[in-house]
Amino acid sequence: MTSELNASGRRLGPLSKIPVGEGRTFIVDGVELAVFRTRNGDLFAVQSRCPHRGGLLADGLLGDGKIVCPLHGYTFELTSGQSLGQQPCESITTYSLEVTEEGDLLIDLQRASCAG
Amino acid sequence: MTRKNRLVVVGNGMAGARFVADLIDRGGADKYDIVMYGDEPYGNYNRILLSNVLAKTQDPKDIFINPLQWYAEQEVTLHAGTRVVAIDRRARRVLADNGSEQRYDTLVLATGSTPFVPPFAGLAGEDGQYKKGLFVFRTLDDCEGITEFAKTSRKAAVIGGGLLGLEAARGIQELGVEEVHVIHLTSHLMEMQLDATGGGLLKDSLEGMGFRIHLEKSTREIMGNGRVTGLRFSDGTMLDSDLVVIAVGIRPNIDLAQRAGLSTVRGILVGDDLQTVDDPRIYALGECVEHRGNTYGLVAPLWDQARVLAERLTGLRPDAVYTGSRVATKLKVMGVDLSVMGNPVKQEGDEEISYVEQSRGVYKKVLIRDGRVAGAILLGETSRSAHLLQLFDRGQDAPESRSDLLFPAASDGSQSLESLPDDHQICNCNGVSKGQLVGAVEKGCRSLKSLCDATRAGTGCGSCRSQVEGILELATDGDTEEDPSIHYYVPGVPLSKPDLVAAIRKRGLRSVSAVFAELAGGRDDPKSKMGLASLLKTIWGSEYVDQRDARFINDRVHANVQHDGTYSVVPGISGGVTSPDQLRKIADVADKYAVPMVKITGGQRIDLLGVRREQLPGVWRDLGMRSGHAYAKSVRTVKTCVGSEFCRFGLGYSTQLGVEMEERFKGLESPGKLKMGVAGCPRNCSEALVKDVGVVAVEGGRWEVYVGGAGGSHVRKADLLTVADSHEGVLRLSGRFIQYYRENANYLERTYSFVPRIGIERIRKIVVEDADGIGEELDAALQASVDDYSDPWLEATAPAHPAQFASTFSS
Ligand code: SRM
Ligand SMILES: Cc1cc2nc3c(=O)[nH]c(=O)nc-3n(C[C@H](O)[C@H](O)[C@H](O)COP(=O)(O)OP(=O)(O)OC[C@H]3O[C@@H](n4cnc5c(N)ncnc54)[C@H](O)[C@@H]3O)c2cc1C
Ligand code: SF4
Ligand code: FES
Repeated sequence: MTSELNASGRRLGPLSKIPVGEGRTFIVDGVELAVFRTRNGDLFAVQSRCPHRGGLLADGLLGDGKIVCPLHGYTFELTSGQSLGQQPCESITTYSLEVTEEGDLLIDLQRASCAG
Repeated sequence: MTRKNRLVVVGNGMAGARFVADLIDRGGADKYDIVMYGDEPYGNYNRILLSNVLAKTQDPKDIFINPLQWYAEQEVTLHAGTRVVAIDRRARRVLADNGSEQRYDTLVLATGSTPFVPPFAGLAGEDGQYKKGLFVFRTLDDCEGITEFAKTSRKAAVIGGGLLGLEAARGIQELGVEEVHVIHLTSHLMEMQLDATGGGLLKDSLEGMGFRIHLEKSTREIMGNGRVTGLRFSDGTMLDSDLVVIAVGIRPNIDLAQRAGLSTVRGILVGDDLQTVDDPRIYALGECVEHRGNTYGLVAPLWDQARVLAERLTGLRPDAVYTGSRVATKLKVMGVDLSVMGNPVKQEGDEEISYVEQSRGVYKKVLIRDGRVAGAILLGETSRSAHLLQLFDRGQDAPESRSDLLFPAASDGSQSLESLPDDHQICNCNGVSKGQLVGAVEKGCRSLKSLCDATRAGTGCGSCRSQVEGILELATDGDTEEDPSIHYYVPGVPLSKPDLVAAIRKRGLRSVSAVFAELAGGRDDPKSKMGLASLLKTIWGSEYVDQRDARFINDRVHANVQHDGTYSVVPGISGGVTSPDQLRKIADVADKYAVPMVKITGGQRIDLLGVRREQLPGVWRDLGMRSGHAYAKSVRTVKTCVGSEFCRFGLGYSTQLGVEMEERFKGLESPGKLKMGVAGCPRNCSEALVKDVGVVAVEGGRWEVYVGGAGGSHVRKADLLTVADSHEGVLRLSGRFIQYYRENANYLERTYSFVPRIGIERIRKIVVEDADGIGEELDAALQASVDDYSDPWLEATAPAHPAQFASTFSS
């Protein structure tokens, strides 16, 4: 599994950098990312800033596969990046992420996807 | 795995389907295999909206609540178009008209009712079927039949001038039938809901719209050979008509239950547990039941019943009971606005407030019993209905100025909502216009919650919510729905606060994730986390298992996040009284950390703005002051004025009392912020009358204690709770009030909503007179929280985890 990512991936350091159920903002090659670790062990990486007014998503509340922006409560689906609600704002970019055998986070900036 | 119980539901109408949906929401699918029988060949549709379908304002396909595919997704076996004909209670099985049979462990009857058809002569043609052109109005099929027939019909008669009959009449007129007559037996229309004045005005309005209304007319015969041609009445007169709809009432469907030997009177008899009185395996709900002598013909009671039964059968609240409902009706077909609450018939001792405006057909009447709204009629002008309904539903005290019940206050502007242009901005926080709100309603938002969620209106400071509600009323013509989640303490756990507290206590749930696992089917709704954290902390105190991810960012780092991701630091300055030493320290810290802005706050303290996350522990340590809790849903500040110490008018030591209050109550978590003020005389320089708790010194060494004031997005003058005669008395009574508020308010419900909701009289009884005998308990619980206080800024030296104060950006 890891092999595919190893080529283009960037290491973010040990998984333990992120407290359980929370997120952290990373800067990799000048790109800001929010990385989340859920209570049941899922990992997600998305663009760091909320498209609404730039709130730092890593500081938001996480749960049920969603992140709630700490500034005004816009909510995004972490797998698809889609904004929830009937009058949604733009979607956020999502990235592929995995954990290496040594327990390091590995992100692939090339494999970004935009729900459009 | 143990075998699941088989739950069989007979009736796939509004009650049956809602109950199954509620059951599944509460994790019922883990416990039951669900099998449903529905006589109608469809999924479940919203019967109420049939009036709209008839009037062609809604397409039949838009009224489905649960299409067939929903049942498949939820793994519910639905036998649509299949009628259950017998229940074999001994063998615990039901038999259907297609010859199939089904065993059950638990059986739920939700068979609804059928239109009542009096034994008029000439109902049937030679084939024994109803004559062509004769209809009742209950199902989608009836609706389609009427629509089809109306195409070739010129004169229609509706027998029955009640709610349903009038809606049918309106629909038929809308379908283009030239002449529509309404035949009614008694002396005024809608006598179940209206008094004579209201009925008379309604008749005038309807006649103005072209309907022909015949009162005190008793139908004897449906005329015509195989096909309807007219009606003959008992006074000998006749009326030509080629389309007739009978809508004179409904009869609960009880024959299936009767044949199975279950007790019935008007409906199937059930207790508060919704169990039939004869068989502990059989429950019933909806229009087919009789509960405490009442049968209902409206949906609101069914929602309550469905919830209670779902809670019982999932075991979420095995002791949940249904104790009856207060009913409110809206005539919702376009044209006439009418809203009726309770039974608007005056009783001995009732106070009646009414207003009649003949020319516009406006009639408003409110009955007040024991200071509360007991019934109301709003005809022709219903802009106050949302407001009244709230008072009625919650049993709140009616406002002293009774005219506020009938008319919007001049300042709240809701009277003119109708005339506002579409581009008028309603929500000033999120920039949502009237036009956008109306648009969202047209797209299907029918509850206040769904409208706010969809447009974000009302989700900022919240002060526009009553206007949003007004526009919802306007745009739906009053046909609004209530989102059940507004009764939940947090959106993601389907329980009201008292029920949630009971479930948490009973199951010993000490962490937010445990609550999600046990009470929300494992869904960790992020928007419910903060509310649960606050509640659990109040319930368990030091036994609470604090999961940091359940906290809002401010509460994780004990500072307020700013728009640029930096934080503000507000040290506690009790009562607003500081010292040169403290000021010097603050100045030094501001210099050392190059704090971008130092500001005096509106709460009489000093804010250091623009501090980076990794600087927070250093800033706190160097300040050597406690947290001011400016970020938390907790006690904030106690503002004071100088008072006796220096002021020439001072009647009491307001600074001293303010400092004592803040030292005692500092940092107490509560459902909403608590802001206090102490004034040294009634000049009230610390604005104590617009605080959650305000104290004012009066002559004679006494202190007036006020509660429920506000001066933010909502402005409310506080209510006088009592007059205390010492500092100690103020501390004790305000503490008791705070604890009562902590235990009973909804999450984020400030005292300005809580106090009027409960009523100041009732609060005074509990807090001051100790009428409920819980005074000492409240005092003890508060004392425990006070003793439990620890300054969160101590985490500067002992962070909860290494990343807590790490720089926002990591690489
Ligand atoms: C700092 C301060 C403004 C100032 O520069 O003076 C302030 C700042 C904020 N107020 Fe305030 N309020 C401040 C005094 C007030 C006052 C006046 C007072 O406390 O005497 C009020 C009106 C009194 C009242 O609440 O009844 C006030 C009514 C609000 C409201 C409206 C609450 C309501 O339900 O009506 C909000 C919004 C909310 O709570 O949802 C709010 C929310 C906020 C927030 C927390 C917005 C937010 O969620 O981030 C602001 C945080 C800024 C920060 O990081 O510090 N602030 N705010 C004041 C801090 C006082 C203190 O020392 O603790
Ligand atoms: C046109 C119209 C407008 C209305 N407007 C309003 C309104 O504005 N506000 C309001 O509050 N209420 C209104 N009502 C009333 C509301 O629709 C009812 O209160 C509600 O539908 C009752 O729900 P129920 O599930 O008990 O019965 P139903 O919805 O009638 O459901 C019972 C179902 O059980 C099925 N069934 C019965 N016996 C069997 C059997 N033996 N086997 C299998 N299936 C069976 C029936 O076919 C039916 O589908 C209106 C009703 C009508 C007809
Ligand atoms: S401090 Fe208060 S009033 Fe000022 S911008 Fe912030 S929330 Fe609004
Ligand atoms: S910046 Fe994220 S919701 Fe406003």
